Amino acid sequence: MPEQINWSHDFESAVKKAQQAGKPLLLDFSAAPM
Amino acid sequence: MYPDPEIVRLVAERFVPVRVHVKEDGSEFKRLGAMFDAQWTPTTLLIDSPATERHRIEGFLPKEDFAAQLELGLAKAAFGRGAFDEAQRTFERVLERYPKTDAGPEAQYWAGVSRYKATGDPSALGETARRFSERYADSTWAKKASVWRS
Repeated sequence: MPEQINWSHDFESAVKKAQQAGKPLLLDFSAAPM
Repeated sequence: MYPDPEIVRLVAERFVPVRVHVKEDGSEFKRLGAMFDAQWTPTTLLIDSPATERHRIEGFLPKEDFAAQLELGLAKAAFGRGAFDEAQRTFERVLERYPKTDAGPEAQYWAGVSRYKATGDPSALGETARRFSERYADSTWAKKASVWRS
């Protein structure tokens, strides 16, 4: 299990990945320190 | 709350995570913010493909509350797909795992609705109203369920 969330920053690719995986997308609008 | 192991596991197992940062991804933040009406951070959306919002979390939440909201969102996604048995099970799981969070009374309400939608049995709604007399009686969801009392 990863220690951190592996965030994508490419929305369109993530949508395709979500469709293929049959999972919902978790879209996070953030201002947290990177 | 994101570095928490329980949150990391839940997100990794159940979601495809995508983040747009107000500074680092400025143009995407504006584009997607306009698309999904997100004007504040943190705002976390659970989206079913292709672009149907099922649940919205606005503002910071402690770990347990955030995990509860994520699972509540999964239950709402199942409900939105018409998978009412799965929705009921997932709402009940929220109740079992996170009974002291704000997600609890909402999950109790929607578990009853899901059961009714799955079975067509209106007694599911009456039983849900009675559950609210025992738990979460002061919640907004208890008021909403009160119309089902016979």
